Amino acid sequence: MAAAAVRSSMGLTLRLSRALPDCSNCPFHRSNGCVSGVSNLQRRGSFDSFRTINRHLQTSKETLTVPLLFVFKGLYHGEEGRSNAEDPDDVVNVVYVDRSGQRIPVKAKVGDNVMYLAQRHGIELEGSCEASLACSTCHVYVNSSHFDKLAEPDEREDDMLDMAPMLQENSRLGCQIILKPELEGIELTLPKVTRNFYVDGHVPKPH
Amino acid sequence: MIEIISSGVLSPGEGCSPKVCIVGSGPAGFYTAQQLIKARQDVEVDIYERLPVPFGLVRFGVAPDHPEVKNVINTFTQTARQSRCSFYGNVDVGTDVSVEELRQAYHAVVLSYGAEGNRTMGVPGEDLAGVHAAKDFVGWYNGLPSCRQLRPDLSSETAVILGQGNVALDVARVLLSPLDILKMTDITQPALEALAESQVRRVLIVGRRGPVQVACTVKEVREMVNLPNARPEMVGADFEGVAEALKDLPRPRKRLTELMLKTALEVPGEKEQQRRSEASHAWGFRFFRSPVEILADPERSRTAGIRLAVNRLEGSGEGARAVLTGEVEDVTCGLVISSIGYKSLPIDPSLPFDSRKAIVLNNMGRVQRAAGLYCSGWLKTGPTGVIATTMNNSFDTARSLVEDMDLGTLDVSVVKPGSQSVAALLEKRGVKPVTFSDWEKIDRVELSRGEAVGKPREKLSVTDHNGHRQEMAL
Repeated sequence: MAAAAVRSSMGLTLRLSRALPDCSNCPFHRSNGCVSGVSNLQRRGSFDSFRTINRHLQTSKETLTVPLLFVFKGLYHGEEGRSNAEDPDDVVNVVYVDRSGQRIPVKAKVGDNVMYLAQRHGIELEGSCEASLACSTCHVYVNSSHFDKLAEPDEREDDMLDMAPMLQENSRLGCQIILKPELEGIELTLPKVTRNFYVDGHVPKPH
Repeated sequence: MIEIISSGVLSPGEGCSPKVCIVGSGPAGFYTAQQLIKARQDVEVDIYERLPVPFGLVRFGVAPDHPEVKNVINTFTQTARQSRCSFYGNVDVGTDVSVEELRQAYHAVVLSYGAEGNRTMGVPGEDLAGVHAAKDFVGWYNGLPSCRQLRPDLSSETAVILGQGNVALDVARVLLSPLDILKMTDITQPALEALAESQVRRVLIVGRRGPVQVACTVKEVREMVNLPNARPEMVGADFEGVAEALKDLPRPRKRLTELMLKTALEVPGEKEQQRRSEASHAWGFRFFRSPVEILADPERSRTAGIRLAVNRLEGSGEGARAVLTGEVEDVTCGLVISSIGYKSLPIDPSLPFDSRKAIVLNNMGRVQRAAGLYCSGWLKTGPTGVIATTMNNSFDTARSLVEDMDLGTLDVSVVKPGSQSVAALLEKRGVKPVTFSDWEKIDRVELSRGEAVGKPREKLSVTDHNGHRQEMAL
């Protein structure tokens, strides 16, 4: 608990000293349209990535100048969403169904990105393009009761979904799903995309 | 919290750890390594790469204006920095060390060296000046050492690209993109300078079959449609019957075909009409055409045009076949790029290789009739697919390998020398491997040189053994 408080306050310090951009006010971030992936870098909290942030900022269309004052390499493990301790109204319970069919319940928060959330909990969901709508490796199936509660996909998300193997009606890219209270109880199933997952030789049929 | 560590646990590197060697450091190599290290705490993985720099087609194939696709390099970097993973660049497997020597040094060898060759058109004039394989043109603008001297002739108005996959569209886009966009990417400086002088104004992207058979995907077509200062020029008649076929198409094909139909047939709004009429560049798909001959300008013995045979389609959908009608058509052009597919090569005669499919014969990544030998990536399944495809493919191979280790099919109880013996061989042969931290030095130089000119990076022109020694003097 103490460690979490230290981490949160470091996040605040990094923001105040402008070492990290404060993504919460950026319209791209709010509409989940941040293609530079900077906001998601923070969420993921992997901090051999100041250089990566810089690179992202350079390659994104809008230019943000971020003075880097410190390198907190390895010290800051970003917690996304609110920086305060748990507020019950913020909690969203999620269930991941992994590729072997195992159900993994996760207690998450409003604002969590479903792809990074999975990764933080050791669920095997890759995100090779780091949430910039340039791949389909975070492809998930959303359970029917929650599918319609999600915002319509951006045309760019649909373009990437088109590349995903075993595309279904309820397919979405995990990196584009941000948890909100209405998504309480959402179930996200990882597609069984590989041929030899099953020891008994069963090959799932494409949908 | 005090953690109690039980005595008697072997630390990695103490003789009994399974040692795996991976040949090739592109997505296939790295994703295979990632899964192996995750699946078994005792596995050590060594990745060998012919070039002094890692990442394969992510660095040398992905278009400069697709930087987000290259984010996967961060994932690979994390893998390379793991203590149980080592990278050895500048090592040419097949020349500097043989596959057999690797099999003796390691418990398992995974071949992930991709497809460095091209499919050829097989038409007269293919070796004229002005004709290039797309792989080489892409390698040129991406700084692949072997393609640095390409010097493509960009002095004629029309360029013809054979093939309608995403590589063909990448080439078209780089040929037609405004300099203002290109100069902010990691395209190499020499390519940027050549493109600044380019006279190419019109690019035709030619395919044997019809709109419903194109191999490209919707994102790349959308990029062409939205390209500044460029207008689409399609042949409406090519789209006969396509609208009717839409309803039966699966979603990805449907969305792509709808976009092409709209671009070809729909009259745009006033603003777009004006934009198109003011555009100084043009691009278009040309369907039902196969290359027959590259026509030479006799005086300068270079490309002056291309003769295309006119086809008609038999059948429909994926299986439709192009059949010659007997008609031909000549197109004036000074640049011909053939983008009809990459091709893997057998780096060792002992490998069971299917020359037709250009893959190493395998079952789920296990090379046939070769215990302890595996393959992943394009070498395993053929040269198509994006990073996600290769990722799944490599995860599959890793699972096969781990299963073999777990079940004892692969005997990992024998002690193997691994990189120690290979290092000794390489030293004897005068080969100096580049480590991952050496690459990270090159990386930092490229990033800072890029920053100075407003680009994400300025790629160093890094070559093989000789070039490596020059770069390390930085």
